[in-house]
Amino acid sequence: MIGGLFIYNHKGEVLISRVYRDDIGRNAVDAFRVNVIHARQQVRSPVTNIARTSFFHVKRSNIWLAAVTKQNVNAAMVFEFLYKMCDVMTAYFGKISEENIKNNFVLIYELLDEILDFGYPQNSETGALKTFITQTGIKSQSKEEQSQITSQVTGQIGWRREGIKYRRNELFLDVLESVNLLMSPQGQVLSAHVSGRVVMKSYLSGMPECKFGMNDKIVIDKQGKGGGNGCQSIAIDDCTFHQCVRLSKFDAERSISFIPPDGECELMRYRTTKDIILPFRVIPLVREVGRTKLEVKVVIKSNFKPSLLAQKIEVRIPTPLNTSGVQVICMKGKAKYKASENAIVWKIKRMAGMKESQISAEIELLPTNDKKKWARPPISMNFEVPFAPSGLKVRYLKVFEPKLNYSDHDVIKWVRYIGRSGIYETRC
Amino acid sequence: MVCSVSICAGEIFELKAELNSDKKEKKKEAVKKVIASMTVGKDVSALFPDVVNCMQTDNLELKKLVYLYLMNYAKSQPDMAIMAVNTFVKDCEDANPLIRALAVRTMGCIRVDKITEYLCEPLRKCLKDEDPYVRKTAAVCVAKLHDINAQLVEDQGFLDTLKDLISDSNPMVVANAVAALSEIAESHPNSNLLDLNPQSINKLLTALNECTEWGQIFILDCLANYTPRDDRESQSICERVTPRLSHANSAVVLSAVKVLMKFMEMLPKDLDYYSTLLKKLAPPLVTLLSAEPELQYVALRNINLIVQKRPEILKHEMKVFFVKYNDPIYVKLEKLDIMIRLASQANIAQVLAELKEYATEVDVDFVRKAVRAIGRCAIKVEQSAERCVSTLLDLIQTKVNYVVQEAIVVIKDIFRKYPNKYESVIATLCENLDSLDEPEARAAMIWIVGEYAERIDNADELLESFLEGFHDESTQVQLQLLTAIVKLFLKKPTETQELVQQVLSLATQDSDNPDLRDRGYIYWRLLSTDPVAAKEVVLAEKPLISEETDLIEPTLLEELICHIGTLASVYHKPPSAFVEGSRGVMHKRLPARTGSGESTESPDVGTAAGGSAPEAAPSIIPSQGDLLGDLLNLDMAPPTTSGPPPPTTGMQMGGMDLLGGGLDSLVGISHSVDPYAATPGQLVNPFWVKWSLRSDGVLCLQVWLPAMKAKGLEISGTFARRAGVIQMELILTNKAMSVMTDFAIQFNRNSFGLAPAGPLQVLTPLGPNQTIEVSLPLSTVGPVMKMDPLNNLQVAVKNNIDVFYFSCQYPISMLFVEDGKMERQVFLATWKDIPNDNESQFQIKDCHLNSDAASSKLQGSNIFTIAKRTVEGQDMLYMSIKLSNGIWVLAELRVPSRLSMCFRIMFLFIIQAFTVFFPQPR
Repeated sequence: MIGGLFIYNHKGEVLISRVYRDDIGRNAVDAFRVNVIHARQQVRSPVTNIARTSFFHVKRSNIWLAAVTKQNVNAAMVFEFLYKMCDVMTAYFGKISEENIKNNFVLIYELLDEILDFGYPQNSETGALKTFITQTGIKSQSKEEQSQITSQVTGQIGWRREGIKYRRNELFLDVLESVNLLMSPQGQVLSAHVSGRVVMKSYLSGMPECKFGMNDKIVIDKQGKGGGNGCQSIAIDDCTFHQCVRLSKFDAERSISFIPPDGECELMRYRTTKDIILPFRVIPLVREVGRTKLEVKVVIKSNFKPSLLAQKIEVRIPTPLNTSGVQVICMKGKAKYKASENAIVWKIKRMAGMKESQISAEIELLPTNDKKKWARPPISMNFEVPFAPSGLKVRYLKVFEPKLNYSDHDVIKWVRYIGRSGIYETRC
Repeated sequence: MVCSVSICAGEIFELKAELNSDKKEKKKEAVKKVIASMTVGKDVSALFPDVVNCMQTDNLELKKLVYLYLMNYAKSQPDMAIMAVNTFVKDCEDANPLIRALAVRTMGCIRVDKITEYLCEPLRKCLKDEDPYVRKTAAVCVAKLHDINAQLVEDQGFLDTLKDLISDSNPMVVANAVAALSEIAESHPNSNLLDLNPQSINKLLTALNECTEWGQIFILDCLANYTPRDDRESQSICERVTPRLSHANSAVVLSAVKVLMKFMEMLPKDLDYYSTLLKKLAPPLVTLLSAEPELQYVALRNINLIVQKRPEILKHEMKVFFVKYNDPIYVKLEKLDIMIRLASQANIAQVLAELKEYATEVDVDFVRKAVRAIGRCAIKVEQSAERCVSTLLDLIQTKVNYVVQEAIVVIKDIFRKYPNKYESVIATLCENLDSLDEPEARAAMIWIVGEYAERIDNADELLESFLEGFHDESTQVQLQLLTAIVKLFLKKPTETQELVQQVLSLATQDSDNPDLRDRGYIYWRLLSTDPVAAKEVVLAEKPLISEETDLIEPTLLEELICHIGTLASVYHKPPSAFVEGSRGVMHKRLPARTGSGESTESPDVGTAAGGSAPEAAPSIIPSQGDLLGDLLNLDMAPPTTSGPPPPTTGMQMGGMDLLGGGLDSLVGISHSVDPYAATPGQLVNPFWVKWSLRSDGVLCLQVWLPAMKAKGLEISGTFARRAGVIQMELILTNKAMSVMTDFAIQFNRNSFGLAPAGPLQVLTPLGPNQTIEVSLPLSTVGPVMKMDPLNNLQVAVKNNIDVFYFSCQYPISMLFVEDGKMERQVFLATWKDIPNDNESQFQIKDCHLNSDAASSKLQGSNIFTIAKRTVEGQDMLYMSIKLSNGIWVLAELRVPSRLSMCFRIMFLFIIQAFTVFFPQPR
């Protein structure tokens, strides 16, 4: 199991060091600094073995988190734990920065003591932790409160406490998708997939039993002629759920039922690869004119209902390292050559569906005797569209709370779809 | 490097004052400062008593800080740590369960013997606490205590209490108890601590649905150690584990995959459920690739294993392994690896287009690997070879130095696979001769020139140009150059006589490298005695190279499958390679497939794991260093070993012996816990009974004469052959009350005439409870009588009390003499003359040595390899042994392939005398 956990700043100074096992000594702290942090780019793996000690690290901005062990631990678990650790810290004091860590080191030690025992991860749900680990000193608790805390931390529903009350029962569902594309210069789709998340923000009283339904092909087909109500079904390749969802029930009947944590949680993640709506098509044209000039023309076409508006559109056209000057002409939006990023960045605030726009650029090159050809990185795109590119639709979210006197109809529900670009690249 | 930052005395003094302040707030601030200093490595141990004084407080936050300090420094101040005990014991009785748990959790982290004594009582109470939070903390505390004092935990009966907790009503208590027990069980490989049976498994599976994500991981990892009784049980467990594949936590998913991969072994392949399961595994594995990059890396390393074990799972998912421009380099390299493995005729066009794209990227390692991958595709998928070659030619045209070199190395392999097909490209290759600066590329180029010398007009000039700096080249290039010029000479004798003489003299007279010199001489002699024979040898047709490359050896692969998700699966090394101590020494194996009701216990050493028969073994060319291969100039590293392994993981591991046991495994004892405890009858042939040697040739100690039978004298011993002398190592222990003197030893007549070469050297009297080690040199000139078994030896030992008799068996290998290497010609002649009756053959299973390693291992026991050849992908080793009585034994060892586990030994007993002992040796 995890033998120790260290947090460093970008210089390699230790901010937090907590050792859980006897086989990890103080020298491990230095070994990681010398061999990984100070080695800069040479370390090419998130797992490093130094003198029979294994180091797992993740970086958050310029902070390094490292878990150390001498045993054959579950590597996936260690990384999951490190991410979780970051989530917990963020939930407590915001951004993970050197200053925040230094200001909250007592709290961090307290958390580390609670969520990792002898290197075994324990309950790390922020909701539960916040009931008894606080920044403002310990609350004096009554006996009932204490036992409520312990039963929550260890219980079956460790993510929600009893006795939550809201005057207005409300819930928000966000379907957030990122659409990924890799297209060949000829316009052939090399790979495309949508990875989506359903994020739920709930403000519900009591212990509500929820049931979530969407246009999952398997469910619709099972119900028979589901297309009748105009709802197109989608094929989901795979999905994973927040730990509140009853997995065995999903496995057996493919229904998604759960008691949600209070506040925000990521209910579900999913991936689809079939029938994806690609919101934009990029058509590149690069022509090398002699050794010192390059002509680039890029056309983008929006491919969705004309009534919808895409936002925050950004097209990034890479330029060679030996670029000396660039002239750009674009029909819409603003385009600029950014020498520090070796790219022409073309930004368009808004664009409706079924439109087309074009940019052309002349790139002057410095003559070089570098034999290596320019690698031509792909043209990448960023955008945001108000629909789900996978075609996913929320069909219902039913809430039942038998003990309290509110019904499914009393709950105010909001649903929102946002499609963003993931890695949306077209080779040129 | 120990980083101890000094802290000035003034600072300590100031802190001391603050710690002893009356004001609570000030105290707390002071303790915080102390902890801050401790974190950055300053030594604040001087403040120990002052900090401990702050412990008695009802402020939980302050208490936690003091505990943190205690955990760090208690070990260095054990006496003062005792001061804290009272508070701990009191806290363990506190009304607040959080405080009870905190106390027991912290106490377990203080590794001071005296404190652990006091820990027992509170721990016992906490294990039965009414509050689950306290129980789950206490469960982990048992593991802590076990780490400090294992005996204490057993004596106090904590293990039983812990076992009871597996049936606890609270899922988290169950999970922690499972985690603690699994860890304790790991350091007691033989104990039946976890005692997994269908009932307890059922409990675990129930808890699995209810506990936290981490608890699910503990339980799944524990389940993976269980071996179901039959396929039905296996299926029912699989059914209950599959829902976990939809968990958001990747570690839960990977651990579930591990359980499924393992238990699937037991399911009959024609079962519907089996194929359903296979289909269910693919989507979650693909989903793992959208996790954070570090987890992607772990997932990819595991997928690499899964793809090798069960290629069918992901064969349609090639696209998801396409490299994204922004992937971190470690993800890119791993994806590339998997792409090559999944490449097939169906998807080759896409793969090739991708690889071509990658070859123009920036990262040098990645580009090299991509270029190499193109060559692999050509070798793997014949239909694509032409396209691959033209892609490689395009890449060579880019003139990027490392791309060109890498391309030439792989083109060499392509030539090997498809001889006489792509010679047209040689001209292009030759243009780049000057830009090659890496030995591997130079050697590859030289090989190509030599191989196709007759079609290259200026081959002599090209090779001559390399000759100028002959001594500055690396060995690889030198050897290749030598061979290439000899080939050239054999093809165009008239023009190149001078050249060949020049290279032969460079290699033989001016070189210090024995390999080079030897090869030079061999060629020289071959050429001078019989040029026709030389031509046959040097220009012989070469065996084909393998299609699959970098495959993990099957036994290791099986073990790694049992470790999915863990570090072992990330490193692709067994835990014993990077874990110290007893942990991880246990080898895990996949269960064998059995029908319903059959037992899965398979104590037979030879049983290969079921369903694990390697896929059709790829053909292999002989590797470096063997005689025939050498002469066939195949020392160019084949793709399997070409170049150093790409630096994909960036880890630095110490050297390790993956093969482990050495000879024991060769004679059929695999990963059994004690490889030396071979009993007669386990092995196939009496000739091999007890030949269970350690790799250093020493038989393990056995008790020959128990004290019960010899009035208190216990004799244990072993045999060894050192510097040509057989030694009998005896350990005499006096377990009686009186002193023993006047020791003497005598042997009965035996099969090989073994007799003591001198008296037993026990000079001093042996007192009660004393032990003495004696080494007795043996000669082989004593009287002969055939014994049964052949290697039985009857011994009499006398002392002042009585005469005692015992018999022991010596390993036949003790009798193999050092001059047992037969002349090649003699060997060939004798081999034919041996009658078939004198032949015996058997198989050695579960042996994971390749022929070279086997040969060198055997050489250590005076079994000499005379020759080696490769027929249809099988390595054949020919060996000779000479026994001390002049009997020769000739053997043929067949290694079906580098990857196979089966050896076949054929013995031919040739001299009449032997048949006297051994009338019909089976």
